Amino acid sequence: MSATAAQTSTRHPRGQVRLPAPGGDVVLHRRGAIVGAALTAVAVLLALVSLGTGDYPLSVPEVVRAMFATDGGFATTVVLDWRLPRVLVALVFGAALGVSGAVFQSMTRNPLGSPEIIGFTTGAYTGALVALIVIGGAYASTTVGALLGGLLTALAVYLLAYRKGISGFRLIIVGIGVTAMLQALNTWLILRADLEVAMSAAFWQAGSIALVGWEQAVPAFAVLAALAVLVAVLAAPMRQLELGDDAARAHGVRLEPVRLALLVVGVALIAVVTAIAGPIAFVSLAAPQIAQRLAGSAGLPLVNTALTGAVLLIAADFVAQHALPSAVPVGLVTVVIGGLYLIGLLVREARQKL
Amino acid sequence: MRSHPVTASATSTPTATPERRSGLAHAAGTRTLGLLVALAVLALVVVASLAIGSRDIPLAVVRDVLLGGSGGSTEATVVLDLRLPRTVTGLTAGLALGLAGAIIQAVTRNPLADPGILGVTSGSAFAVALAVGVVGATAPEQYVWFAFGGALAATVIVYVIGSAGRGGGSPARLTLTGVALGAVLGGITTAMVLADPTRFDVMRAWQSGSLADRGWDGLTTVLPFVLVGVVVALALARPLNAMAMGDDLASSLGANLAVTRTLAVVAVTLLAGGATAIAGPIAFVGLMVPHVARWIVGPDQRWILAYTLVLAPVLLIAADILGRIVARPGEVPAGVVTAFLGAPVLIALVRRSKASGL
Repeated sequence: MSATAAQTSTRHPRGQVRLPAPGGDVVLHRRGAIVGAALTAVAVLLALVSLGTGDYPLSVPEVVRAMFATDGGFATTVVLDWRLPRVLVALVFGAALGVSGAVFQSMTRNPLGSPEIIGFTTGAYTGALVALIVIGGAYASTTVGALLGGLLTALAVYLLAYRKGISGFRLIIVGIGVTAMLQALNTWLILRADLEVAMSAAFWQAGSIALVGWEQAVPAFAVLAALAVLVAVLAAPMRQLELGDDAARAHGVRLEPVRLALLVVGVALIAVVTAIAGPIAFVSLAAPQIAQRLAGSAGLPLVNTALTGAVLLIAADFVAQHALPSAVPVGLVTVVIGGLYLIGLLVREARQKL
Repeated sequence: MRSHPVTASATSTPTATPERRSGLAHAAGTRTLGLLVALAVLALVVVASLAIGSRDIPLAVVRDVLLGGSGGSTEATVVLDLRLPRTVTGLTAGLALGLAGAIIQAVTRNPLADPGILGVTSGSAFAVALAVGVVGATAPEQYVWFAFGGALAATVIVYVIGSAGRGGGSPARLTLTGVALGAVLGGITTAMVLADPTRFDVMRAWQSGSLADRGWDGLTTVLPFVLVGVVVALALARPLNAMAMGDDLASSLGANLAVTRTLAVVAVTLLAGGATAIAGPIAFVGLMVPHVARWIVGPDQRWILAYTLVLAPVLLIAADILGRIVARPGEVPAGVVTAFLGAPVLIALVRRSKASGL
């Protein structure tokens, strides 16, 4: 807690580095730090390649030159105005989804925990479906419908699960129940809708960042930055919560306020992403698990989770845009890439244990 | 082994909490009585399922038809050719899904686990999407085998990857592998489906999970596998009881964890794969009914399995009947109604102070 700037990188016995941060020192394990650096490098590289790929191809040096050129040539327009919003959105949204997943998995102490369990994603889909079917398919009405649906669902789950406090287990079960009902409703709406409407709903549900420009990206980034500060503050009590309610209480954590704060932050993160891009599945579930396995850490590492999420989404978006015969929604690529990668990690883990 | 605080603590079952050791019905007598009541309710919904529909048939006529009288009449055709196979499908799929759910929750010790977690649902959906796209199948009896084969293949892959390594792998690994493979297959399925409106149309019907128009063909194909699954599942009750105490304690008591897990996966595959093949992915039954059974009878797997065996088909058939009534003359698929019927019960149960020990 009391580390001063002079002690910024005090070495600790077991290959740890301590950094001061709001809400308590960040202890960097050496392997975690290396993994973090590697993930950052991969993310930057993927971003540069993405910026250079498309109908107007540019090499990586050309991309860098275009970004810092002041003459406003065509390359600069392509890179900064057309491609950069999408690339930044992929990185930032990926990170936000990953952190949101880590928050939920810590809070429920369940590897299947994700914002989906509180019904946000399913509720957002219901809201979007109702908007599409009742009002018609404008981007704005779908977004508003999704946000309303998601937030109302999350609120309903929280209230239904509240009984002298929230337990992780009760939250999961109520989440299952409400999600199942909404899923059934969604199935029914899809079944009843015209084929065309149903398919455009299915496209929305797959999640896409193809149409994102600066005007949507900038406000989203501002909100996400504010949320990132809150997550940093909550990181220390969250670690305690992972150890179990009793242990956390013994360490002086006030369970209910912390849980509610985590819940709000986790839902807010996913809400921002869903509003702009639709429900991009699986990043929130896979990123914390992948990061934990890469870094070999005991808990869910937040910084590496964010980096993993960013890499996952930017890689998926690159594949979705350029590597497939026809462009598909990025959410579909995310689940395939993330899933395959998680399987690969599990296989490797099994080999090491033999 | 590396420590996984997050994953490892998922092993604390709802049943392992002292406050809830005994469930609502404590004595064996109460439990037997409860089971008999449940059986009576099951008989009631089966009869109702034969009598209720877009054409209501009096119970006396149903009885005559079943006993071989009034053959050839319209009522006889409706009861014997439409409603009887439909009801038997509901019975089979219901009990199969329920048992599969109870087993998978016990083995993975995760209250979020449903039969789909081993890749059954996603494997089936993937194979059906392939069948519709490549072979051009459009009728249910054409893709029964695809659905079943896809479920089998996916589960085998999940099991091989998830249980590799020392000691047969942890439940958390099995769960994560299932989720990961399910995501991969689901993503590819959606991409295939979105590329082709015809495929999308068939798939949205299949994915709603319905008991209507199934006929006898698919049922007779799948029934032997489901029966084997039921036998294996029931034989697992005792070993699963031992496993509930935790891996270390169970193996020191002489339970063979690897064999139990393997048999459990076999049972879940046969049961859930069979059910999905005949009725499509009906999501909620396998997840919810074991929870309800556990709240009634406590942590003893023998009682949980017995109650699940009876209550799961009650939920599914009742949902199917309700689906025929609410949107007359149309129908709401059973897979849609189950959640609306079951979820409020589940939420009410978890809100009871006694049931929220964790």
